[in-house]
Amino acid sequence: MISAAEAMVKCLEKEGIKTVFGYPGAAICPFYDALADSGIRHVLVRQEQNGGHAANGYARITGKPAVCIATSGPGATNLITAIATAYMDSIPVVAITGQVNSDLLGRDVFQEADITGAVESFVKHSYLVKNAEDIPRIFKEAFYIAGSGRPGPVLIDVPMDVQKVPIAFDYPKSISIRSYNPSTKGHPVQIKRVIAAISEAEKPLICAGGGVFAADAGGELLELAQKCSIPIVTTMMGISAVPVDHPLYFGMIGSHGKKAANTALLTADLLILIGARVGDRAVSTPGILEKRTKIIHIDIDPAEIGKNMEAAIPLVGDASIILKQIIDKVAPCDHSAWNAELNALKTSIVPDMEERPRTVNPKAFITLLSQKLNDNAVVVADVGQNQIWTANQFMVPHGRFLTSGGMGTMGYSVPAAMGAKLADPGRQVIAVCGDGSFQMQMMELATIRQHDIPVKIIVMKNQRLGMVRELQTKGYHDRQIAVDLENVPDIPKLAAAYGIPAKSITSLKDAGSAIDEMLAADGPYLLECIVDPDEATL
Amino acid sequence: MKYTISILVENHPGVLSRVSGLFSRRSFNIDSLAVGVTDDPTVSRITIIVDGNEYTVEQVEKQLNKLIDVIKVKTLAPAETISRELLLVKVAAGAAERGEIMNIVRITDSKICDISRTTMTIEASDTTERLETLLELLRPYGLREVIRTGTIATQRGSDFITVKK
Repeated sequence: MISAAEAMVKCLEKEGIKTVFGYPGAAICPFYDALADSGIRHVLVRQEQNGGHAANGYARITGKPAVCIATSGPGATNLITAIATAYMDSIPVVAITGQVNSDLLGRDVFQEADITGAVESFVKHSYLVKNAEDIPRIFKEAFYIAGSGRPGPVLIDVPMDVQKVPIAFDYPKSISIRSYNPSTKGHPVQIKRVIAAISEAEKPLICAGGGVFAADAGGELLELAQKCSIPIVTTMMGISAVPVDHPLYFGMIGSHGKKAANTALLTADLLILIGARVGDRAVSTPGILEKRTKIIHIDIDPAEIGKNMEAAIPLVGDASIILKQIIDKVAPCDHSAWNAELNALKTSIVPDMEERPRTVNPKAFITLLSQKLNDNAVVVADVGQNQIWTANQFMVPHGRFLTSGGMGTMGYSVPAAMGAKLADPGRQVIAVCGDGSFQMQMMELATIRQHDIPVKIIVMKNQRLGMVRELQTKGYHDRQIAVDLENVPDIPKLAAAYGIPAKSITSLKDAGSAIDEMLAADGPYLLECIVDPDEATL
Repeated sequence: MKYTISILVENHPGVLSRVSGLFSRRSFNIDSLAVGVTDDPTVSRITIIVDGNEYTVEQVEKQLNKLIDVIKVKTLAPAETISRELLLVKVAAGAAERGEIMNIVRITDSKICDISRTTMTIEASDTTERLETLLELLRPYGLREVIRTGTIATQRGSDFITVKK
C-alpha cells in the first residue's frame, strides 16, 4: 500500500513525465511531499497561470501531454486562463489541483473553489476524485483523453484527505472508455471524392491549421502538396507546419495575414482545409467562401465540420493517416501556372523594411532575427502587434512558431518559451512580446533565473498597448483611452535585477550585433527593442 | 422547430451539469429536459427538446458527442416519436365545480389524485400538446399550481437506442 499522493506521482512517472510546472499550497501538500521522493523535475513558477502556459509550451514541443500543478482555491482559479488557452488551441495539458478535504466540500471553507465547475466549458474532461482507489484509472484516462483525438486540457481535482488514503497501486496498462473512441482513418468513399476533386481542380489550395501539428502531419502535407503542386497557406496556428521558405508556401491567411495567402484563398477553386477550424480571424466571411469554393475539410473533430463553414467533402480522422490515404491514390498533377500567379503576388509585395530614425523597425528586426537563428529555432510570439509582426516575418526554415492563437492570451510567450526550452534544451527558444504583455509575465524572470532556463526574450517596447491603440485610431475616431503604458519600467534594469543580462536597442543598425550577443550568451538574455508607438501592425 | 434529442450518458455526478452547461454556452435553447436512470444502473438517459433549425441540431449532436460522458446521441424524427410528459395541476375547485372538472378529467383521460375542500389535484400523462389542451380547459377555474416533468420520448416500432453499437 502507498498513499494516494505517492500513487499520483507514480502515475506521472508511468506516463513518462520528466518535468512538471507548479506552485504548491496547503491542499496539494501531500502530493508535493510525495514528489520530493521522485526524479521528476519540478519547476516552481511565480504564478499558476504561467505554470499552465509552460506546460502548454512543453506539450507543443514534445507532442505529448504535459503537466501543471496548483493548489485549491486561488491556485486553481489562477490556472483557468491557461486551461482556456490550451483548450482553444487543442494542446494536451493535464492540470492537477489540490482541493479542500472531501467532507468539507461545499462549505465554502478556506481556499475552496469549485474548479471542476469553473473550467467546465473549456476542458476536454475533468475529474473530482472522491475515491482514492480511482486515482490510477483516472490518471491513465486523463493522459489518454488529453493526448488522443483532438487534444485538449484535462483537469484532475484531488481533495487533500483523498491524497492521504493508502491504496494498492496498480497502473492500468490499457484503457477503454466506452463513450470515447476518436476515429483516425478517413472514410474510403470520402477519400475517393477528395481524389476526384483534386484531379478536377484548376486552382487547388491547402490551408493548414494547428491540427497538422497535433497529428504530426507536416511531412505528409508537404508530400501531397509537392505531388500535386498545390500551394499552401496556413492559419496562425499552422505557421511552420511546412518549412516557411518552401516555394509552395504563401504565408498566413486572415485579417492580419499575407496578401498572397488571402488572394489564394479568394481565387482557389478547391480549398483543402487540414486541422483548421475556420476561426473568424482566419476566415472572416466563411458564408461567401463556402458558396464560391469547393471545400474539403479534414479534421479529427466531427464537430468542427460545418460549424463555421459548410464543407462539400467532410473527412473526419487523423490528418496524417488521411493524407497518406490521399497520397497513395492521387495522381501527380501540375499547377505551375497557378503557383506562378501567386508567386508573382508574393514577390510583388515587399514589407516595409525601412530604417526608422530613432526606433527599431519591428518587421525588419524579426526578419533579421529569423536569419540569425538556427534553422530549427522555436519562436514564441505573445499577443498584440508583436504577434502579427512575428507571425508574418517568421522565416526560420525548419523552425517552430508558437503563439496563443485561439484565446489570444497576453502573457503567454515567456512561460510557454520556458516550457518549450525545457522540452528540447538543444533548440534555441525565443520569446517575443510587447511591453504590455511583458508586464503580465515578468515575474517569470525569477523562474528563468532560478532554474537556469536559457530562453531569450525580445521585448518590443512602444509604451503602448499598440494593437488596441490601432483599433481606437481606426474604429473610434482616434480617441485613445487606457492604451498608454506611460512610465514603463526600465526593462533591461529590471532584467538585471533578476540576474538576467539585457540590452536595449533603438536602431536597426545595432540589431545585428545585439542579436549575435543575445544568441551567444550561455544563459537567458533579454533584448529590448524601442519601437515607434505609431508603427503599423500590417 | 422543436427537436427531440435522446442522450445516453454515464450515470456519474456532474454529467447533467456538463450536458446542460453545453446548451447555454453554445447558445442552444432548451425547451425541456428530463433525466432518469435506465435499466442499466451505470447509464442515464437525458431527453432534451431543443428549439432550433437543422444547423443547431447537428451542432448539438456533435458537441454532445464530444463530452466524454456521453455514450450515445440520437435526434428522434418527429413522425417516428412517441412522447409523453407528466403533469400535476392543482386547480381551484369548490363543491360546485367538482362535477364539471371530473367531466374534463374523464374526457382527457387524466386522473384526480388529490382533493381538498377548495382544490383538486389532477394528474395527466400525455403529449405536450394534449396537456396544453387540458390546462386550457382547467384555466377558467383558477390554476393554483402547475408542475410538469419535461418530455420523455422513444421511437415508434421495434427500433431502440442502446449503449452497444
